Amino acid sequence: MSDVVLLVVTGLGLGALYFLAASGLSLIYGLMGVLNFAHGSFMVAGAYAGWLTMTGLPDSLGVGVRMAVAIAVALAVGALIGFVVEAVLIRPLYRRHIQQVLVTVGLSLTAVAAVQGVWGSDAHPLDKPAWLAATTDLAGAEVPNDRFLFIAAALLLFGGLLALLRFTRLGLVIRAGVENRTMVEALGINVQRTFSVVFAIGGAAAGLAGLLAGVYANSVSPLQGGSMLIYAFIVVVIGGMGSLTGTAVAAVAVGLVQQLANYYAASGVGDLSVVLLLAVVLLVRPASMQGAH
Amino acid sequence: MSRHLKALPALGLLVLLAYLPYLPVELPGLLPGRVNGPGSMQLLAICLTMAGIALSYDVVFGRTGLLSFGHALFVAAGSYLTAIGMASLGLPLPLAALLALVGTTALALVVGGIALRVGGIAFAMVTLAFAQAASIIVLRNPGDVTGGEEGRSLDRDLMPDLLLGVNNAPYRYWLALAFVAVAWLAVAWLSRTRAGHAMAAVRENEARAAVLGFDVYRAKLIAVVVAAFLGGLGGVVHAVVLGGSNPHLTTAEFTLSLLVMVVLGGAGSRWGAVLGGFLYTYADSRLVNLSGSSLLESLPGALGNVLSQPLFVLGTFFVIVVYFAPTGLTGLGHRVLRRERVE
Repeated sequence: MSDVVLLVVTGLGLGALYFLAASGLSLIYGLMGVLNFAHGSFMVAGAYAGWLTMTGLPDSLGVGVRMAVAIAVALAVGALIGFVVEAVLIRPLYRRHIQQVLVTVGLSLTAVAAVQGVWGSDAHPLDKPAWLAATTDLAGAEVPNDRFLFIAAALLLFGGLLALLRFTRLGLVIRAGVENRTMVEALGINVQRTFSVVFAIGGAAAGLAGLLAGVYANSVSPLQGGSMLIYAFIVVVIGGMGSLTGTAVAAVAVGLVQQLANYYAASGVGDLSVVLLLAVVLLVRPASMQGAH
Repeated sequence: MSRHLKALPALGLLVLLAYLPYLPVELPGLLPGRVNGPGSMQLLAICLTMAGIALSYDVVFGRTGLLSFGHALFVAAGSYLTAIGMASLGLPLPLAALLALVGTTALALVVGGIALRVGGIAFAMVTLAFAQAASIIVLRNPGDVTGGEEGRSLDRDLMPDLLLGVNNAPYRYWLALAFVAVAWLAVAWLSRTRAGHAMAAVRENEARAAVLGFDVYRAKLIAVVVAAFLGGLGGVVHAVVLGGSNPHLTTAEFTLSLLVMVVLGGAGSRWGAVLGGFLYTYADSRLVNLSGSSLLESLPGALGNVLSQPLFVLGTFFVIVVYFAPTGLTGLGHRVLRRERVE
């Protein structure tokens, strides 16, 4: 029983990380039709910004305070990079989807290489507060506390994004744009301006995901983003491109399937079953890939 | 007549390249040691192999307009099936290569048949998923067949002596050159057949091709299978040249690098894919040697470190090409030539 509880909570924590990474991807693809390969670089940027903040601040501040500042910095850096990438690299290639994908591919290569050049290709250990490293007894299972942090962060982001989409004018434009962008433009609304905002939001979420993935792994490394990105893609596709609720459900499903199958079948079976899940979903419901075109 | 004339530059280059192992010249800075020395021969063999593999990827991406993220799967299948056929089944190289080609083609029929039921970005994602599944399996090393992170080396006892050892590097070079020539001829022939025309029509406008009476699904499946066959052949040659299979071949990064090669050189053109594959591989291995050079040492610390990363230089160059030369290096060359003729 305690095994099940531990696996479920860990699976949910992993799903929470996937959701943080995938929500931005999903919004970007749904609204703009851009498959953003540079999202992994946003994650690495957030992780390194957080790590540099943690090591740069004086030790006298205490780990908890430094971690809080690091999270704020990761969010800000992610948002800034997302905004700049959209404005400088994506916007000039408006509606040329293949070229936009190619540019983000090039950017992902360049960014990882740049990080390796400056800070080396080895992983750097990341401090975390004692309470985060400790475990909590939940129905007999010793659950690491950081899993709860991931779940809380994902829930906050999910709630915030839902509120933004439902109650603000910006959210209205985004929702309408995902549905039918041409029509929104025909009504005289500048959808282009919302692109930058969506990229900034996605970048911020990715930056946070990167830093929290660093907390999960106890270290930051340049290649972390790439391995998370593939699962984030899978989550986005299974959830139906552009649907936030779908992404959340898919993230939880993928996290749980991965953890449970890896434990009860054999190591690696979980990763495989996630990939198979994607193939099945796409073949049964090819319509789930419809976004802005 | 004009068709034969057009083949002249390619034929001339082939003869020149085939003669290289007899050329005891040093090209300082460009190649390690003499041109026909083992270091240069090995480097050129790898570059040529990658050029041929890039050409195979261009059949799906450049000629048919399918954004596949799973081509690594077929190259890896060719490479691994050869290594496994030799080491686990005890087959001699020709039989292992045959097994690899048959296996790769069958895999392409299954994966292509399923993935082509969806189009566009969805096709890209399904192919990525299949390749990722293969990558996971190879890394988990079921039954000690794939060798996990170590990869699998070819059984030296079953290899022909001509392809083994440092001194026989020229033979591996010729093998790689022959592979490029075969892939070149196959793609040239394919583009003249009815199926090749159907692929071009699909690339330009899939709906129109369907209305015109082309069997679009069949054309795309042929493209995937032919590309996989040539890619699998490239995998076999890759395994022979490098003496084994490496899990890097299965990764999404490998497919992405093929995409970068083809776009750099010029998608949809034989010269473009071959040139892109050759130059990318060459730059990737030679730029590392630049990292110790005095030019980079003179730059301030972080900048020099970043510029010594081959992928940083290649990635930046790639982004620039996508913006300013969307037809790649060969397209750029054509444009310059045409302008000169006009003036």
